[in-house]
Amino acid sequence: MELLFEGIREAFRLLIHADPEVVRITLLSLKISGCATFISLIIGIGAGMLIALVEFPGKRLLISIINTGMGLPPVVVGLFVTIFIWRNGPLGFLGILYTPTAMIAAQAIIATPIVAGITIAAIQHLPEELRLQILALGATRTQMVWMLMKESRLPLLAAVMAGFGGVISEIGASIMVGGNIMGYTRVLTTATVMETSRGNFDVAIALGVILLLLSFSVNFILTTIQQYDKK
Amino acid sequence: MTKNNIRPILLDIRNLSSVRGGRTVLNIPEMRIYEGEILSLIGPNGAGKTTLLMALLRLVPLESGVIVFKNTPLNETLPHDTYRRHFVMVFQKSLLFNSSVFNNIAYGLRIRGIRGRELLRRVDEQMALFGIAHLRNRHARKISGGEARRVSLARAFVLNPTVVLLDEPFAGLDTPTRDALIADCEKILRASGTTAIFATHDRNEALMLSDRISVMNEGRILQTGAPEDIMHRPANEFVASFAGTDTIISGPVIKKNRGTLFIEVNGSILEIVGEAKIGSKVTFCVRPENILLSKKASRATSARNAFAGSIQRILPVGHFYKVFIDCGFQLIAHVTHQSVKNLGLAEGGKIVASFKATAAHIIRGAAEV
Repeated sequence: MELLFEGIREAFRLLIHADPEVVRITLLSLKISGCATFISLIIGIGAGMLIALVEFPGKRLLISIINTGMGLPPVVVGLFVTIFIWRNGPLGFLGILYTPTAMIAAQAIIATPIVAGITIAAIQHLPEELRLQILALGATRTQMVWMLMKESRLPLLAAVMAGFGGVISEIGASIMVGGNIMGYTRVLTTATVMETSRGNFDVAIALGVILLLLSFSVNFILTTIQQYDKK
Repeated sequence: MTKNNIRPILLDIRNLSSVRGGRTVLNIPEMRIYEGEILSLIGPNGAGKTTLLMALLRLVPLESGVIVFKNTPLNETLPHDTYRRHFVMVFQKSLLFNSSVFNNIAYGLRIRGIRGRELLRRVDEQMALFGIAHLRNRHARKISGGEARRVSLARAFVLNPTVVLLDEPFAGLDTPTRDALIADCEKILRASGTTAIFATHDRNEALMLSDRISVMNEGRILQTGAPEDIMHRPANEFVASFAGTDTIISGPVIKKNRGTLFIEVNGSILEIVGEAKIGSKVTFCVRPENILLSKKASRATSARNAFAGSIQRILPVGHFYKVFIDCGFQLIAHVTHQSVKNLGLAEGGKIVASFKATAAHIIRGAAEV
């Protein structure tokens, strides 16, 4: 317990004194996970809307695959992304291995099925006739899709939270494709693992607490927006 | 009908058909809708009323069909989106958006690029017309069912559509709310001269609102006509039954005299006005309100048909009672609560049922005059 309290004390000390290394790691974590979430929102919401609204053969199979992808193990994603961007891999010419770009790509792959899966469920949950009603009021197809997104904004905000929560806390992919390079690809999760392996539990706990606070702050803001809208 | 003949044709529909799951759900060889009229589509659930409304809006895939709107055929010079914006449809469910009442009503205007004072004026005007001005800032999901229907109608009417398609918009409402809403809706439709096509399975709603009624079943229109035509001159047994004419009788014509046919039904001779060949079998119907009940046969009445029978069943139906009488054939009459009391009607009791020869309408077997 003493170790835990020590860690929490250290966390607040690091936060209060705005330790430059901690601030940099925190900002990099936010930047990488924020970008990955943003990319996953664009791809995930777009694909989710398309799959939910268009009838095609194999739709059920595709939804099952996406739903399975919602629980995609980060280490598996990390492994495949590493193979693809490895010097001799199909995308090796990009030269992005052990860069923040590779971490964003890997995290986006993790978050996209989460966002797409929740989007599909959200759109399919709306009454079937709502689409027809929107069209029957004179909307074009694009206006109809936009309105459906507005109508499902509460679950779509949940998709943002789930996507961000999934990537800010993952370690496997980040460490594999980022390499935990100090000052370049070191983020809160990879730093916590490293400090733990070094036996620096107080710093590891401090980083863990910061990660929790960060995750909580983002989710609190999104939840506030979501619940305010629900009123 | 005469009223419609002087109105210009707004929609001319030919060979409209839609197939779903290998089954033809809509088959309309021809249909005309006149400017400013209120046409009701009545029929049981699954008759194809909603499908027809959605087909007019091009919201269901069509197997075939030509739609001519204001003399312009769709597909050629009239694009679908432009055509659709002349229409608006109100569904059975209110389907309000997750926003305020004001935003719901304003939606259609906003997507048409109408903003500012014009938008405010039109939304406020509709809210006043439908009596929902006090709900302006309320959340649309937190109002009553009746209020939601009003918002849904206001959201449609604010667009000043050429045609409004109403798919059972009054279903599921309590009677006072429904009657008030129908009255308001009719007033607004008549004042604006908007053409309306109104689907319902409630013939009373159709009678309250319509200039013409089309009776549908299994994707087809069985008869279109003025309400009194549908009620008193049904084209077939289905229309008669759906229009509330329960007494449908068949029998051979054994004699005719100056336009009166003498028809034998289970040993009784019934006299009805009409034309048919002697020996042919005719089917005719008599509306329940045209069948009179009395304790005994009276010479004072001008009714040519009077039959003694026994009461099989007395069924309370809202404001009146439905009395099933077995006279060797079945007659069904509507009587008031007061009449049930005065005549001492009881199941198993004896009664005389009478109707005029002119009260019968030949459905099948009539000869061309």
